[in-house]
This record gives sequence, C-alpha cells and structure tokens, in this order.
Amino acid sequence: MCGITGIAALSMQTKISEHDVCSMLPALRHRGPDDSGVYLDPYQRIGLGHTRLSIIDLAGGAQPMHNEDKTVWVTFNGEIFNYIELRKTLLKEGHCFHSHSDTEVIVHAYEQYGDDFVQHLNGQFAIALWDGNRQRLLLVRDRVGILPLFYTRQGERLLFASEIKALLPQLSEAPRISPAALDQTFTFWAPRSPNTLFENIFQLSPGHMLVVEKGQLRESTYWDWCFPEQSDYHQGSDSELAEQLYDLLADATSIRLRADVPVGAYLSGGLDSSALVALIRRHSDAPLKTFSIGFEDQSLDESVFQKQMIDHLGVENSRILCQNSDIAENFPATIFHAETAILRTAPTPMRQLSGLVRASGYKVVLTGEGADEALGGYDLFKEAKIRQFWARQPQSEWRPLLLKKLYPYLETSGAQAKAYLRNYYSIGLDNPNQFGFSHLTRWFTTAQCKVFFSQELNAALRDDAVTRLSEQLPTAFGNWHSFNRAQYLEAKTLMGDYLLCSQGDRMLMANSVEGRFPFLDHRVIEFANRLNPRLKMRVLNEKYLFKQAMKNQLPRQILERHKQPYRAPDIPAFFSTNPPAYVDDLLSEEKLKRYGYFDAQKVGFLLKKARRGSSIAYKDNMALVGVLSTQLCHYFFIEQFSQTIREAGTTYPSI
Amino acid sequence: MKNTIRQYILSNLLFTDDESALQDSESFLDGGIIDSTGVMEIILFIEDTFGIKVNDDEMLPVNLDSVDNLVAFITRKQLIAA
Repeated sequence: MCGITGIAALSMQTKISEHDVCSMLPALRHRGPDDSGVYLDPYQRIGLGHTRLSIIDLAGGAQPMHNEDKTVWVTFNGEIFNYIELRKTLLKEGHCFHSHSDTEVIVHAYEQYGDDFVQHLNGQFAIALWDGNRQRLLLVRDRVGILPLFYTRQGERLLFASEIKALLPQLSEAPRISPAALDQTFTFWAPRSPNTLFENIFQLSPGHMLVVEKGQLRESTYWDWCFPEQSDYHQGSDSELAEQLYDLLADATSIRLRADVPVGAYLSGGLDSSALVALIRRHSDAPLKTFSIGFEDQSLDESVFQKQMIDHLGVENSRILCQNSDIAENFPATIFHAETAILRTAPTPMRQLSGLVRASGYKVVLTGEGADEALGGYDLFKEAKIRQFWARQPQSEWRPLLLKKLYPYLETSGAQAKAYLRNYYSIGLDNPNQFGFSHLTRWFTTAQCKVFFSQELNAALRDDAVTRLSEQLPTAFGNWHSFNRAQYLEAKTLMGDYLLCSQGDRMLMANSVEGRFPFLDHRVIEFANRLNPRLKMRVLNEKYLFKQAMKNQLPRQILERHKQPYRAPDIPAFFSTNPPAYVDDLLSEEKLKRYGYFDAQKVGFLLKKARRGSSIAYKDNMALVGVLSTQLCHYFFIEQFSQTIREAGTTYPSI
Repeated sequence: MKNTIRQYILSNLLFTDDESALQDSESFLDGGIIDSTGVMEIILFIEDTFGIKVNDDEMLPVNLDSVDNLVAFITRKQLIAA
C-alpha cells in the first residue's frame, strides 16, 4: 500500500512544477516509507507523485509506472488481487510487461479496455492514470471506499492526494471547516462523500471515476451497491447457496493472501474475524499470526472469545491491552491521521493495534470488516425489522418488547421497558416505508448532540443532512426490500464514510500497515445482494446463511455468540483520572469561543458532568468526543496550519 | 425540590442555565431531552439527592418524564417513607 499525489493543469497556460509535486510527498511518508518517486510529463501538464510501501515485486514495482512507449503513466495506492489472471489475459492480447507488479497490470488494462479497465480489477485502489496521447487524467477509487483519494481545485490546478494533509502545502491559506460537514458528522458519524470536513476539499466517492480532460472535470459512477427488485433473488436450497457463498469467501480470502511478505490477521473473537481466520487456516499452509485488542474495561473486553479461537485453530497471537489513559494520550494523533471529527474513540485502539502489527515485522493484515454490511449482521438491521413488524400493529403491547432481546440493558422490568420502548423506538412508526426508517433512531439520537452547536454554526446551516441524503439515493432504492434499503444506507454512510476511513485505512496506514478485506470482495457483495433477505436474517437470527456456510469450521460458542459491537471507552477514557492538558486547553471557554463551532456554556456544563463521572448517556459520550475531535481538527489544520506543513513527515503531532 | 430538579435537568440534560428552556410539564422523551440511557441518569440523581429508592415497577414516564411528574412522584415516595 502506498501514498499517491499529483497536480493537473486545468488551463493551457498553467505549467506544473516538479518542486510543487515534491512538496506534497513528505506528508505521505507514513503511507509509503520504503521509496518515493515523481513523474512530470514533458509539457508540464501533469505531475504524479508516489510514496511506496513495497509488498508485491519488491525489486521491480517502483512508481510512477508507465506502458511500453511511456504514453500512459500511473501512480497507484492499493492492491489488484487478480493481477496474475489479468496479466495472463493481457499477455495473450500482446502486451509486454517489464515487471511482475500488480501496478503494471493497470496500465495495460487501460490500453486494452479504455475507461472500462476498472471493471476488470478485483481489489482495493486509488488510482491516478495519465494518458499522454489524449492528454487526460483519470482518478479512480475502489468500489466500496477502502482506499482514500482527496482533491481540491486551486485556481487553474487540480490537486489530489491520498490524504488531505498532502494537499495543504499547495494551498494558499488554511482550509475552513464546513458547517454542512459538521451537521453530517453529528448525524451520520462522518461527512458524506464527496464532502470532507473541510470546505472545497472533496473525496472521490467509492465506485466513482473522475476524468479530467481539456480543463473539464467529469465524474461518473462505475459501480454501486445494487439490489434486485423483490422476487428476483437467487434460486436454490439453503445448503446449495451456503456452499456457493463458502466457495466465494474461500477464493476472496486466498487471493488476498498473495504477497511477497508475510500476512497476518486481526482476531476480535467475534464471528467474522473468527470465520476469516478459519478460512485462512484452511486455504494456506503459511504459519498465521493473529493480532487482538483487549480492554482494561471488562465490559468491552472480548479476550475470552479470542482465546477460544486461538486454541481452536492453533494460531499465534499477539495482543495489546488498551488502558483508558492510552486512549486519552493517543487521541490527538488519531485525529491528525483521521483528518476529520469523530464521535467515538474506537479508532484509537485500532491505531495501537496496527502499531503492534508493524512492530511484529508484518506489513499486511486481513480483517473481517464488511461482513455485517454485506451479509446482514448488525443489530440495527434487527431493530429495523422489529420496528417494521411493530408498525403493522402500532397498538400492540408485545411487539415492541422484542427489542428487549436486542438490547439487554432494557431488560429491567416489563412496565419500565414497555413504556420507554414505546416512546423511544416508535419514531417514524406512522410511516415505515419512508427512506431512512431503519436508521431513524440512530440519526435522531446522534443529532441530539447538535444541541452543543454555537449560534454562529446553526446560523450557517442551510439544509438538513437527512433530507439531503434522501435526495441522493439511486432511483431504484424505493423498489428494494426494506432490509436491503437498510443495508444500502449502512454501506454508504457508516461503512464507506467512517469505518473504512477513520477507523480503517487511516489507523492502519498511520503505522504503514495494509488492511485487506475479503468480505468486501465485490463478487461476495454482488452474490450477497441477490440473496433473499430472509437468508441474511432468518427471523432474528443474523447472518444466517453465512453461519450455515461456516458451521463446520467454527466452535458452536462462536457461532451462537450474541453479537458484541466493537467499542472503546469514550468519556471515561478522558475523565476516569485527570485528563491530559490538551483536553482542558481545547475545551476551555476561550478556545471554544475563538474557534466558534460550539456553545461554550453548554460544553462547560457537559464538562462538569463528565468530570463528576455522571455522564452515562450515549449522547453525552458522542457529544464530548465530537466536540473534542472538532477542536483538534481546527487546532492541527487551521490554527497550526503553517507548522503542520513544515513538520509534515518528520514528527507526529504532540500537544 | 422543584428548583433542585429544574437545576439538575437544565445543567445536566439541557446544558444551559436559561430557565426558559424548560417547562415544568414538558416531556423529556418527546422533547428529545433524554435518550434510551438518559433515564438511568435521572434515577441515579433522584435516588442520591432525595434519599428514595425507585422500584423497577415505578420506572414509568408517568413518574419520571417531566419536572411536574418527578415532583409528584418524589413527594409521594417521601410521604410513604415518613
């Protein structure tokens, strides 16, 4: 995996300088510590930069890379897992290769298939490809958003890079935080792509291609999560379909074990990572090392289940034990890498974990991310199903009680649960067919945190995040089964915009570690999307077909375990002992007022409550982490703009 | 008592000292003042502050879901205890 960057001229008069392209590289050194390179075309229309983490063809894979006659150039971050098969096909078509790297396949696939080349790639990628003959630049991002790609326009130049911090040296002034992006963050947990936290800085959306030609930008969608009209599902018995799913997962896993360096795996102790480790064991002879997180806070710790899988499969394991104080100390660096505001501290331990991977001599890990989205695992999907069922009979006394099965903390007494369930989960019950029905309780709860927005921020908000989202859905959305609609919203909001970026790529690449995600192989997603929803969740049994597919590989306790969402301590991480100085500093009345995003008095009350240890509600936890991370973003990328550029790649931030 | 409860709700759930932000009869649930975990905070507060114990079968909106409901509920509990 690597870092890519570049600058394209948008007018005939503009010339790109090598010096400018080079200025963007130091900020990406953590993504590619092994090597770097720059290409500038003879007419100075384009400059491409690259920092390399070498994994495949260690000797021959240097970038930017070109075709036979040096008319097509590419700088590429990611992996093309089917490069061996694709290379064979392209050799038959007469293409000449001068390396064994997967990067070169991209160049020749473009020559062979034109813009459709991307349809032939199975992998995770952010690609910038320059076609010198036609004087056009293609920017492409993988189907689901595993790898990042940001861009911004500066006068007559288009700047692009794997991370926002690489764009900063070429900006004339510090970026500004976008009120709309904060509104989206405090609703969906992240800005919705193509937005980022910053005004005028965009990310290429997953499954999109941006073509820059004759000074014009043209964006298109080449792939999206797509579900059949109801009734057009896969035919076949449960066991036939389970077998097909197993074969697909086995292949998706084995092509992700291709590397010229050893490959490890994350093991959380949940169903998905356990299944993944079992698949690796079955389809590879190489000794497998697994990596796990344990928590000081016992309610979040999954060590018992991790141990069970380690023993069951006989794999090696290394672990970190995450203390509350680790999170508080590491949180600023988390935000520096994530480059956005977040509502949970959960990414921080993920960065510690990738640090352990790197320290153990590994550069690549496979993870179970994506199984819940593709195969139907989340509690939210269950909640939506129960609420749908309840909406058919809104007066029913017992239908809402099914929610207690889902959230055991509601299990206090019949009377209490009933009364509060009715009130809290009945949102939108009068119209269960509305577009966001599955997500209304989450979005509503999260949006309560907006109570901390300052008057200025509220005044700058134009339209509401949920309404905007409803206008951006595919036309077929309304025809899909309600379960598939929930899956789509989850994949396109939380997974693409938060889990794979702030909690995924950024926390991995901060330590130069590449993540690989077999469950997000597009063949797996496309197969799963055509399954009848009842095979994803049979009554309230989540990931039903997946469990059927894996039942011979896993211990029963793992298969039958109640799903535990991955979480890290939020407020207690900062306030169970004295908080680090930066917390008091950034949440001081003076800084809150100067930065201007939040109401200093309200945050003051929240702080008092957090210090007393009486903040229990999700809302308080999300709000505090959201406010603190926004303040950190302002500090790093606006207040310390010049210093952040100067020190890029040489030091990690400390405050 | 009413004032203590109001101050608690204002500063801990509404995060303000603006008295006009809270009507005594206003439902905490309908106003989005508490989420599904917020009711636990209210129970902890009244148990600690007014020396009463809230039984499982008393955890109802009719007892806990507005300033007025809380005052009536706590008054009744204290009477019974005395």
